[in-house]
Amino acid sequence: MPGLGTSFGRGGATTAQQDLANADAILIMGSSMAENHPVGFQWVMEAREKGAKIIHVDPRYTRTSASADIWVPLRAGSDIIFLGALVHYVLENNKQFHEYVLHYTNAPTILREDFRDTEDLDGFFSGWDAGKKKYDPETWLYQGSPEKEVAGSAPGHSEAGGGHGKDRGGEAQDTGKFESDPTLQHPRCVFQVLKRHFSRYTPEMVERYCGVKADVFLKVAKTFTSASGPDKTAAICYAVGWTQHSKGVQVIRTAAILQLLLGNIGRPGGGILALRGHASIQGSTDIPTLYDILPGYLPMPFFETARNLGAYLKKNTSRTGLWSAFEKYFVSLMKAYYGDAATKESDWGFNWLPRVTGDHSHFGYWLDMADGKLDGLFVMGQNPAVGASNGRLERTALSKLKWLVVRDMVETETASFWYDSPEVNRGELSPETIGTEVFLFPAAGTAEKEGTFTNTQRLLQYREKAIDPPGDARSETWFMYHLGRRLKEKGKDDSRPRNEGLRALTWNYSTEGKHAEPVGEEILKEINGYSLPDRKQLAHIKDLKKDGSTACGAWIYCGVFPKEGYNRALERNPKDALGHNWGYAWPNDCRIIYNRASARPDGQPWSERKKLVWWDENKKQWTGNDIPDYDKETPPYAPENIQNGKGVEALGGAKPFTLHPDGVGWLFVSSGLKDGPLPTHFEPLESVTDNGLYKQQSNPPADKKVRPDNPYAEPSGDPRFPYVLTTYRLTEHHTAGGMSRQLSHLSELQPELFTEVSPELASELGLQNGHYATIITARSEIEAKVLVTSRMRPMQINGKVVHQVGLPYHWGYRGQVTGDVVNDLLVISEEPNVRIMETKALTCNVVPGRRARGKEFLGQLNSRTGQTA
Amino acid sequence: MSITGFLTDSTLCIGCKACEVACKEWNGVEADGYDWSGYSYDNTGAVGASTWRHVKFVEQTPVPGFGGNAGELASWTFSSDVCKHCENAGCLEACPTGSIVRTEFGGVYIQPDICNGCGYCVSSCPFGVVERNQKDGRAFKCTFCYDRQKVGLQPACAKACPTESIKFGELDQLRLRAQERLEELHSRGMEDATLYDPLDSSVGGTHAIFILRGDPRTFNLPPSPDVPTIYLKKSWTSSAIAGALLLGGTLLAFWAENKNGRRRNAR
Repeated sequence: MPGLGTSFGRGGATTAQQDLANADAILIMGSSMAENHPVGFQWVMEAREKGAKIIHVDPRYTRTSASADIWVPLRAGSDIIFLGALVHYVLENNKQFHEYVLHYTNAPTILREDFRDTEDLDGFFSGWDAGKKKYDPETWLYQGSPEKEVAGSAPGHSEAGGGHGKDRGGEAQDTGKFESDPTLQHPRCVFQVLKRHFSRYTPEMVERYCGVKADVFLKVAKTFTSASGPDKTAAICYAVGWTQHSKGVQVIRTAAILQLLLGNIGRPGGGILALRGHASIQGSTDIPTLYDILPGYLPMPFFETARNLGAYLKKNTSRTGLWSAFEKYFVSLMKAYYGDAATKESDWGFNWLPRVTGDHSHFGYWLDMADGKLDGLFVMGQNPAVGASNGRLERTALSKLKWLVVRDMVETETASFWYDSPEVNRGELSPETIGTEVFLFPAAGTAEKEGTFTNTQRLLQYREKAIDPPGDARSETWFMYHLGRRLKEKGKDDSRPRNEGLRALTWNYSTEGKHAEPVGEEILKEINGYSLPDRKQLAHIKDLKKDGSTACGAWIYCGVFPKEGYNRALERNPKDALGHNWGYAWPNDCRIIYNRASARPDGQPWSERKKLVWWDENKKQWTGNDIPDYDKETPPYAPENIQNGKGVEALGGAKPFTLHPDGVGWLFVSSGLKDGPLPTHFEPLESVTDNGLYKQQSNPPADKKVRPDNPYAEPSGDPRFPYVLTTYRLTEHHTAGGMSRQLSHLSELQPELFTEVSPELASELGLQNGHYATIITARSEIEAKVLVTSRMRPMQINGKVVHQVGLPYHWGYRGQVTGDVVNDLLVISEEPNVRIMETKALTCNVVPGRRARGKEFLGQLNSRTGQTA
Repeated sequence: MSITGFLTDSTLCIGCKACEVACKEWNGVEADGYDWSGYSYDNTGAVGASTWRHVKFVEQTPVPGFGGNAGELASWTFSSDVCKHCENAGCLEACPTGSIVRTEFGGVYIQPDICNGCGYCVSSCPFGVVERNQKDGRAFKCTFCYDRQKVGLQPACAKACPTESIKFGELDQLRLRAQERLEELHSRGMEDATLYDPLDSSVGGTHAIFILRGDPRTFNLPPSPDVPTIYLKKSWTSSAIAGALLLGGTLLAFWAENKNGRRRNAR
């Protein structure tokens, strides 16, 4: 989550769902929280009952809108205009929390003279390389920062891509060196640059391009800003409705800027809650299933910039702030991986780590697969035949594999693609000629295995096993452990250098039971970390060492298992409203992170009503209602020495954002993002309108992956695809449906794929409620039942009527209930920082009636799109 | 043993249907079938033999137009319906086998092993709650989670509700809470909030009461439900009159026949 990571320092929600109950206003945008997080939504309801105003901004009127005070329908993909206009409103009307902004953000920092804004270059920042289609971020640095040593070595800008490592925000760039103007008047200080950058994001622009009337916008602006200040706080909740855009990170960045200006970060009832869509999605970036980071957001080494350990450490260690201890985190991880084999002489095993050589994201390797460059694939906890963009390409690519391993509780569409996919039914693929050997392994369900989930609010919760899984079904840990054990066995007698790392790997977990299941707590103990060689559990991140005397699987989780027999993720006796003693939140069980910001620079609360942690002069320590996200004994008056000092100590006692080298929240991100230091509105890659703000239509470095099997509509106003298409989920189903379409009690609640359209669009096209319609994009066409509802609204966008079409994406060709695969309509595209696809805003056409079947399908699709699929 | 009830507050319902699923899971009720209704997000239709909790989706259409720009809001309200567990329960009174009983918690319970599927209870329910199972014809409805209450647990639907829209507790207490809640809603400007608690009707009050906005008929709740037995006197009277008339007619016919016979014999 580099949007939050670069703004605040950590790629995780800044607050806890329970804390929403303390908010004075809650803006829910890019999320239908009531539908997709109904359990967490109880605290939104609690806030509402206590008098907080709930604002829901969404193209559709959803179950969340139904519970909100204000619903604002906006055109899908226009989020940055709306949020930018809120930022503009704050700055224009002097609504910012001045003291907070002055002390806790980089508003006073002065930028270089050669920095050029998108306002100056019509949609580009300085540093754009049109040939390479990427930015050189040099000119985004602070005035006074040292020039970088090697061109192209700026973190987050490797040729090979991948931006998750930059979640940490703290860059090797010496952002600790800078000039600043505490009067905020210098024309090149961040505050003034911000003002100019958003000067054209006005209520009129919102009306014209978001389709939201100016007075409705102003009502939102007044409601939200008047619920912020020393005595009040407002929170923002978002989900993949913000993430899954070609500029998703920048949408989140805009929200971060708004919350920093209003002083809403690190304070009770404030913050930004990133709502995660699955049980452990936060966990899957903390202990990553991503290709570009190691556990704890340590970047994966890149082949061209990290040839040796020294260069890698130098690049990723900052002089000041918590990332100054990068070496401790890294060496401890290597000790956990390689045990005794990790020594100073062996560079702690650095060269046994794989290198990132290209785009190994989902789409990167899937396109390689489509091109026949991949032999085999493991699919676990995922159903890409239904759940991934451009399903036709995804499924066809599977047929190019030699082998495919699928682990799931049921035979998913991914496992069965070779005999019952739409491509097989239409005669495009045939089982006789597909060479892919499919291995289907039965997986244990959640109640049948033990381990932790890390939920949306960084909370680790340990779950015991309730019953043994049936038959041959096994847990993920069982599968990975025994696979690793067998591979190690194979590698033992193979002396090729490539197996050195495999041989060095520690892989000696204890097992129990008749199926030799690895002991879950033992793995968590290793993740927490222990001292060497006496293997005593570590209690705190501060205990980590860089001399090889500690091992730690993920430094941010250090403290979850602080001593033998004390598994804090297993705690079940909450003692306060923030839920302390129920599970364990990283880091250090802080429920609201950056909470030093809940106190004034002098250490006392901004107000009695909004106090959270404060300095106790008698006890000489930080105290309060949450664990302080700060060194407990560093007093507020400890002097800072950011310009010349070292370590986290250099930040002194009044810099809440301790992962950043300058200790403050970043309104302006000088390093770490690939598409610019400030959020800028660009249209979706497929849009119904021109970009009204800049000549540049879409996010410049977004990777469209254009190829014959991944075609696009025209960027703007393609007459073949006149409507906006947006996809989403329903309460009743789980993502690609693998876990819900098998269950009759969920299937009956939403048994069939439907499309939501407005009465106006229905009458324009002759669509009838309950009858079929076919929805067409440049990729494919699908059929769905029509649900005509005034919860969908046509809008006036730049003088034209714009209709939006909604499609939930849960169905596939297997299960109790089946339906066409909505993701077949989507295009494979990559947001530049995290390489996520655009699912929330694209263009389509709709016609009444069902789609063609069999061999006629492609003919009809081609005749409608005018291209050859 | 306390007399318990449900207070279902639709102003807190988010339409997640967790109550519906929790009920079916706990009670082992089968799915209704996979029929997409095309009516809002409601695909299980109504409370019935295989749906004991049912979330209604009331979607009211505003004036069509460029709504997003015009600022007119649609309204979408949700309310979880359930057996009302009437004080004077039509089903219980109609049941000829004694299968339907009142429990110590005040709920109305159908004993499935005694039910013979006659269906009298179905037509006797003023709320259309009881329904016969398609398979074997026996009648089913909400058990008020008798088994859970027996061991001190709250019913599955109330337990699963994430927003406390379904409250379970002592009925008297719930009535007090409902009044407080109503006053609060009114003070917040929701003038149309009402409590559905048909104490004055012939059902004599229910163990499931509801806080709703607007007309209860919008949520398929009759403003004044009647237990069919109130028509008993009327129907018995008319039956008695009809019976007497029939008897009289028959006697008359015999008397006339006899008279004719005597006349024939006399000839």
